[in-house]
Amino acid sequence: MQNKLAFLDILGQTAGSHRKQDPDSFEYTLPAEITSIYPLTATEKLYQIQIIDPDQRNRFSFKPGQFVMLELPGIGEAPFSISSSPVRHGDLELCIRAVGNFTNFLDRVERGTRIGISGPFGTSFPLEKMQGQDILLIGGGLGIVPLRSPLLAVLENRSRYGRVDIMYGAKTPAELLFTYQYEEWKRFDINLGITVDRADKNWEGRTGLITELLQERIAQTASLRENTYAIVCGPPVMFHFVCKMLTEAGLPMQKMFVSLERRMHCGRGKCCRCNIGSTYTCLDGPVFDYWSVMNLKEAI
Amino acid sequence: MIFKVFKKQELARLYELLAVNVIVGPVAKGNDRNGKPLYDFDVVYDFDELALDYTQTVHSPKRFVLPYQETLSTFAITREGWEKHVDINVYRPLVFFGMHACDINALNKLDLVLAQSTYPNPYYMGKRKNLFIIGIDCNPEPQCFCRSMGTDSAIHGFDLFLTDLGGKYFAEILSATAFDLLSQIKCTDPSAKELALYKHTTKEKSTRYTATVDTSDLTKILDLEFESTAWDAWGEKCLSCGTCANVCPTCYCYGVEEHVDLDLQHANKTKSLHSCNLIDFAKVAGGHNFRPTSASRLKYRYYHKHRGFVEAFEESLCVGCGRCGAACLADITPPAVIASVRGKE
Repeated sequence: MQNKLAFLDILGQTAGSHRKQDPDSFEYTLPAEITSIYPLTATEKLYQIQIIDPDQRNRFSFKPGQFVMLELPGIGEAPFSISSSPVRHGDLELCIRAVGNFTNFLDRVERGTRIGISGPFGTSFPLEKMQGQDILLIGGGLGIVPLRSPLLAVLENRSRYGRVDIMYGAKTPAELLFTYQYEEWKRFDINLGITVDRADKNWEGRTGLITELLQERIAQTASLRENTYAIVCGPPVMFHFVCKMLTEAGLPMQKMFVSLERRMHCGRGKCCRCNIGSTYTCLDGPVFDYWSVMNLKEAI
Repeated sequence: MIFKVFKKQELARLYELLAVNVIVGPVAKGNDRNGKPLYDFDVVYDFDELALDYTQTVHSPKRFVLPYQETLSTFAITREGWEKHVDINVYRPLVFFGMHACDINALNKLDLVLAQSTYPNPYYMGKRKNLFIIGIDCNPEPQCFCRSMGTDSAIHGFDLFLTDLGGKYFAEILSATAFDLLSQIKCTDPSAKELALYKHTTKEKSTRYTATVDTSDLTKILDLEFESTAWDAWGEKCLSCGTCANVCPTCYCYGVEEHVDLDLQHANKTKSLHSCNLIDFAKVAGGHNFRPTSASRLKYRYYHKHRGFVEAFEESLCVGCGRCGAACLADITPPAVIASVRGKE
């Protein structure tokens, strides 16, 4: 029996470290609670999710553009962009549309529900680099969700940035998100342009495509080449037209950022489901500069 | 690396020394429709069960480190909330008795992404680190293009590697455990004649490969030919069944499902290996499918293996074992696909 192979050091860690540590960090979720639920439209709700332990909550820090995985036992695990400001740490706001198994379940839960959070994962918008520069935030449909976090971060440090323009388009006025906050945002000396594809009888704002809003903005300055950064989030067809217009207006590719969406099962670069070519959206993204997107096949 | 030589009958003794552990090795599993024997890796209980002269196993040894289905965690649900329990499912070391170089290299490649990256996967690492691997040399089969992929010999990732020199085995020793084991059987340092025979044997083997893949500038070719109509032609043939990923030693993609028990007090989270050729691989909630056609999925598979992985880790994810081509119901083989994408029919 003397040759029975001993259990080797399972995780290849230095002697003395506890075997359970690494599995915990891979599969471990922080216990959190849904503290409030605001319906925003017929299908989207804004969930406030707070990490229960105060220490963990304060230690939880993320950068705008990153995402978290939410888990409900027996229902599943899914990735969501963070919509709240990074100064709120582990007291998160997530805007979620009821569209799949997990989100339809989430649509029915009440506040107080226990939920698991892991993350934050992925890349972020480089707001430090954008300081002193003009910023264009362009969102279409649900694209406003990942845009809200960098927007709030910019508004909180408004004096560090130049001119700030937000352009947001939705299909109908009923589908506009965060309508209750527009007035508050405008107080920070920003230009907020809202447009819808199809107006209803109460709509007094603009009707038309987001590219028209962008065209007007581009016409106001000579060139975007020197002192502008852009963040674009929306459906692939919007990326296509908006990014093309921005490139033609002189904005360099490395100063234009997009946030991409893919199917994800692990969020940790293991399940391969979010690969674009072979770039992991969860590790190398979801925030990419436009050059990376052009360089990757089949990205948008 | 330390080299030793021992007589063939000593191998049974080596087996006996290791037999207190669970031993996995190649075993015969019936014949195919042409009467050719089929092999697979399985737990063995007797030295005579081992078919060490096996050609190639139908399935790769990956299921011992990446089970097709695995419980990641379980949940206990109470009125107040729930608790999660994680078990990495490692209960015992495994001895692999007789693994070919391609499969050893496949594990080395899996290590790059599963064990040495940003979030090391403990489920994989726990099993991988508790393997004792005895490699054995092979005879090239018609589908083997490992020489083109540079994986026809293994230089790390095993404990002991045996090469058949007629009446004797030439042993390459890579771990202290293996050295200790060999010290308990009758073995000698290789003589000049045996060294010459070993060099001759490996050189002669390298001339017997028939299938080849031209890998020169392959990453660039794949980019240049992204819109090639060759992909559509292969896409028409592909049945999107995922058999290639099933038998592949390096396909590690998976999906996660959670289930609630009937008593509503327990739930579990299960991981199942998936395939990028299956239709729902890149389908997101809401119904949008990022790769709706079988051509786009097949193309992605080649992209990941031969371009993306190279970009990330400086080597291809394919070991050239040819299992995918041999198992494919539509006769799609990597040498043929890559040649046609290159424009060589």
